[in-house]
Amino acid sequence: MKRKTSIGTLVGFLIILVWCLLPVAWIISLSFKTSAETAVGSPQFLPKDPSWQNYKDVLGFGTITPGQEGTHTDFLDALRNSFGIAIIATLLAVIFATFAAYAIARLDFKGKRLVLSLALAIAMFPVVALVGPLFDMWRTLHLFNTWPGLIIPYMSFTLPLAIWTLSAFFREIPWEMEQAAQVDGATSWQAFRKVIVPLAAPGVFTAAILTFFFAWNEFVLAISLTSTTKSRTVPAQMAFFVGPDPFNPPYGQLATASVVVTIPIIIIVLLFQRKIVAGLTSGAVKG
Amino acid sequence: MTTTTTAASGAATKKDVRHDSDRTQGENRLGWKLVAPAVILMLLVTAWPMIKALYDSTFRYRLTAPDDKEFVGLSNYGTILTDSLFWQDTLNTVVIMVVTVAVELVIGFWFAMVMHRIIFGRGVMRTSILIPYGIVTVVSAFAWQFAFSINNGFVNAWFGWLPWVSADTNWFGSHWPAMFAIMVSEIWKTTPFMALLLLAGLSQISEDMLEAAKVDGATAWQRLYKVILPNMTAAIMVAVLFRALDAFRIFDNIYIMTRGAQDTESSSFLTYRQVIEQFQLGMGSALSVLLFLTVLLLAWLIVKLFRVDLAQARGEG
Repeated sequence: MKRKTSIGTLVGFLIILVWCLLPVAWIISLSFKTSAETAVGSPQFLPKDPSWQNYKDVLGFGTITPGQEGTHTDFLDALRNSFGIAIIATLLAVIFATFAAYAIARLDFKGKRLVLSLALAIAMFPVVALVGPLFDMWRTLHLFNTWPGLIIPYMSFTLPLAIWTLSAFFREIPWEMEQAAQVDGATSWQAFRKVIVPLAAPGVFTAAILTFFFAWNEFVLAISLTSTTKSRTVPAQMAFFVGPDPFNPPYGQLATASVVVTIPIIIIVLLFQRKIVAGLTSGAVKG
Repeated sequence: MTTTTTAASGAATKKDVRHDSDRTQGENRLGWKLVAPAVILMLLVTAWPMIKALYDSTFRYRLTAPDDKEFVGLSNYGTILTDSLFWQDTLNTVVIMVVTVAVELVIGFWFAMVMHRIIFGRGVMRTSILIPYGIVTVVSAFAWQFAFSINNGFVNAWFGWLPWVSADTNWFGSHWPAMFAIMVSEIWKTTPFMALLLLAGLSQISEDMLEAAKVDGATAWQRLYKVILPNMTAAIMVAVLFRALDAFRIFDNIYIMTRGAQDTESSSFLTYRQVIEQFQLGMGSALSVLLFLTVLLLAWLIVKLFRVDLAQARGEG
């Protein structure tokens, strides 16, 4: 069947683009507005007098606004924590999820349904309900305000998504090829490494991206289980950076921090959009 | 022998001797060995703290006065369930959940239709739609808070032609406008996820069936209601289940945009505030337990309501 793009579809296409990108354009524009401009009120979309000053203050280069010397050290610490915690949590969660998903997709064992149901239940768990008990437990175990204190719960909460996505991917792999390779004289290990690993890699990679997004985005635990920039991630740091005057928030600097923390997301999306869509829908629709 | 080689050889010979009980037992053992780390980790951070919360909820326990810990039975639950704040917050949460999911379903379905039909720029569209999905919720909350800001936002300037919007409309000055701003941020960020799930359902509908309906004289609306929607109930169901439970846990947007001012607090926010800001661990634990039970009830209700469809979704998978 031949299809033409109608005017309606074209208009829809443009509306979707505006919907998705307008708020992003807005924070970018806001990040170039000076504090002098936002202090008197600046309701127009574009900055009157674009300036890199917010980027200088937040990232710590060039001339920093007097009195803002601490801003960039705090933000860069938070950025380091965000990257470190998200990457470690992603790596560990994906390793554990790969083992579990392999077993679920390939082996018949009692309690397989139970494991999948448990994963689904945890995916829907209200994270806030854990804040109290974890806060108390982490202080006793000296995990409060540390990287592992966030990495451990992040792993637990990303495992369900990773297991579901990976087991959906693993079910699609033609596993007979492993036996075929063994018939051709490959050892079990060779068959696994040379045949199965390349086939499974895209799925593992997709699960890693979705896991990274979760850890990068997480907020409730990040504000509850940390107390200083030693382990505070960027979303938490942004929430606490409201400035001394609650009626006049540092718009430009918060917008700049927003832009910086969004850049990795945009890069990942640009590079791997196809994989992300496949991962999101395979985990949820096929289940 | 390493785990990996066990896995490979165990899997390779899986099919031949299914009746052999040794083999079955081996597979059972291997299966559990492989899932154990994940299962232990998941339970460690959820089941154990929940049991602790259940225990703590029967005490009057303030972190600032830990020696004052006193067993009070179920009285924390009594206090909560007779407090109007708890019901106000529950109502807010339910309103946010119902409104956002309903709006997202409509807009998301429309997005999915556009994405399904379009033949050019699919990459551009996919990239754009994944940006709200991937963006940090706190960033979305700040972007919309600033957009609705009275001095620095473009919303009042752009939408001044609407009768209820003017240059000095204070969106965060009263209950419903503040709720509206919170819901806008929530809907903006999560509609793409909804759209992608619905698109997956939409692409499973055969073109032939639609063509047949067209030949038989069905109008566009009839095709939508009689062919498209009934054939994607499974996808709609999954999307609603995921999004409803997610929306019920709303926290980030409220924390950033209003901090619960103008009675915009959600159940999650109330629980957080009791524990972290007021150190009321006993009361906070009771709220945690209630929140957990509510989510469980909600999940059960949604699954029960659409039970047939869930089975169907599994069958298709």
